Amino acid sequence: MAKKTAGKTAKKKKKTRKKPESAIGPRVVSDEEEKAVVKLRKRAKNKRKESRPAVLLSGNEACVMGALAAGVGFFAGYPITPATEIAELLSQELPARGGTFIQMEDEISSMAAIIGASIAGIKAMTATSGPGFSLMQENLGFSIIAEIPCVVVNVMRGGPSTGTPTSPSQGDVMQARWGTHGEHSIIVLSPNSVEEAYTLTVKAFNLSEKYRTPVILLLDEVIAHMREKIHLPSEEDTPVFNRVKPTVPPEWYEPYEDTPSLVPPMAAFGDGYRYHITGLVHDTHGFPTNKQNEIKAHLLRLRSKIEKNRREIVMVESEMIDDARIAVFAYGSVSRAARRAIVLARSTGRKAGLVRPKTLWPFPEVAIEQLAAHVDVIIVPEMNLGQIVREVERKAAGKCRVVPLNRIDGKLISPEEILREILEV
Amino acid sequence: MQKTDLLYKYLRTDKKFPHLWCPGCGNGILMGGLIRAIDRMELDKDNVVVVSGIGCSGRLPVYVDFNTLHTTHGRALAFATGIKLANPDLVVFVIMGDGDATAIGGNHLIHMARRNIDINAIVINNNVFGMTGGQYSPTTPSGAKSTTSVLGNLERPFDICKLAMGAGTSWVARSTVYHVRRLTDLICKAVEHDGFSMLEVTSYCPTNFGRRNKMGTAPKVMRWIKDNSIPVDKAKDMTPEEIGDKLVTGIFVDRDDPEYCTLYSELRIKEGYDPHEHEHGK
Repeated sequence: MAKKTAGKTAKKKKKTRKKPESAIGPRVVSDEEEKAVVKLRKRAKNKRKESRPAVLLSGNEACVMGALAAGVGFFAGYPITPATEIAELLSQELPARGGTFIQMEDEISSMAAIIGASIAGIKAMTATSGPGFSLMQENLGFSIIAEIPCVVVNVMRGGPSTGTPTSPSQGDVMQARWGTHGEHSIIVLSPNSVEEAYTLTVKAFNLSEKYRTPVILLLDEVIAHMREKIHLPSEEDTPVFNRVKPTVPPEWYEPYEDTPSLVPPMAAFGDGYRYHITGLVHDTHGFPTNKQNEIKAHLLRLRSKIEKNRREIVMVESEMIDDARIAVFAYGSVSRAARRAIVLARSTGRKAGLVRPKTLWPFPEVAIEQLAAHVDVIIVPEMNLGQIVREVERKAAGKCRVVPLNRIDGKLISPEEILREILEV
Repeated sequence: MQKTDLLYKYLRTDKKFPHLWCPGCGNGILMGGLIRAIDRMELDKDNVVVVSGIGCSGRLPVYVDFNTLHTTHGRALAFATGIKLANPDLVVFVIMGDGDATAIGGNHLIHMARRNIDINAIVINNNVFGMTGGQYSPTTPSGAKSTTSVLGNLERPFDICKLAMGAGTSWVARSTVYHVRRLTDLICKAVEHDGFSMLEVTSYCPTNFGRRNKMGTAPKVMRWIKDNSIPVDKAKDMTPEEIGDKLVTGIFVDRDDPEYCTLYSELRIKEGYDPHEHEHGK
């Protein structure tokens, strides 16, 4: 049964993937046919690309462009390196679009203000880095329990505390997962290019609106400040999802109803549905409860609405993995070094491949289970002392070796370092 | 009966009663004043937002039939900021206790004062952290006893109104839970004021403050409030020694400062945004 589900997921991934070599799972068409289809698709995509001018953007700027394309109408934030450019740019862009920018007194109030704006029906976001992200954790929990959509960008820098503000790091992977107290699920995305800083910001808003939950975009300092030439996707290539609003008369509205989709429609304050929002565990009407069955039902629904929709939320890309014996599992800027490393390894005859999660949480468990079954070793390079590697080990469950490769000296992990590891294992 | 009509019109009578406040608590009196003021102003219930933080005061929004938001401790003003800026047509009340507003939320309070967003803040001051069982707060008088100052409070208390004035609040007033009619009048005036308004309501906590400081029963404290309150006009001609620890009530500041939402909508228009074009698209 479990195998069947896994196969299905792989098939779906195959449909949406960009490159033919990225497939995990059975082929359904011959290589020639597939190549022809891919070629045609690429040509169509390039044609669309050509019609749009190329722009040179940093990751932070692309994030802003993505947020605007997704319909952000409110930003509250507090200056912090290396995320400040997002605030600076939005302070200029939002007024002309009828939106609102406000610089708050700290990150606690920034997080609170975006939740408030979202409650009033506006798509809202904030951007910060490690220390600010720590301050946001309590209210992040509020937006989880009260199911208020919003997007939090965390441009990771070295920690703990003030740490190394201008150096790259991937030290907040676990803070993003477990930073706020209590049992909860969360969505965390991690782009590895300027273009993806754009597309994943749009995706973050869409997932947030769809599942009524905060979505965290984990950039690292390199992606945030690096400039790349990109073609911004056209509107037709940028589907935007807006939260579902109630259609029932106000007296029938149950703001936290357990619907089949697990995500109840959300009325904004001022829409005529007067209801109660609280950070206390609440019943389906939104009022605080201490009843055991209601507490359990509420917390389990919050979990299920994300865990049961992994198929849409979890995004993984892979390269040269079909015949690989050595896999590198990397995210963010490190995945770019990893890509170079597997190309170099291939040139020496080593069968290396790359698996790159765009979604860090919920963790791509199925991808790792499949990978562990057909490679000898998974190398996990990270700019921390080993955070995501624990999840990889947990899901690989002894089926293959898992080797961490870590760096915390404020410098990037180079392709050569990863290559060396590939050659050694 | 007209009075019961008011109850059924504005309270979530069928859902969340009985309430959790102790007998003799001032919170219910403030809630009554708020409802009467909203009724007198004929505000549309759908457009009224009541935000609170954590504490006994934080439970108030559960009971009233508006758009209600019960936030994290001390952050009510920051949540309200987002709501008001996102939809300036809403009338936003923020109900806080003294610990909520001036301890954990003190930073937000002074910055709200500075920004002058049209939000009506009401701080119900009972000089103690009541819900957690009676620890000293930033408004607990020096020497007073609480569970964390059993030997007497060494700290000096804030004067909430002076704090708000010092930070630049454009409308500041104080009333008490004894002066119910005046309280209602002042809430109406706060709503009428275009800008941040800050109303301190002197209350008491018979369970967790009065009991430990030998203040007697709730009616006795109520009498103390009555006997020790002086209207601001009268206090003007008195020396600080004469005023002593008496409660000065009334409006201290009523200034016509530029309101933030108005300034921001002007900025949008200056930047080329046409609000009328988007009116129906919303």
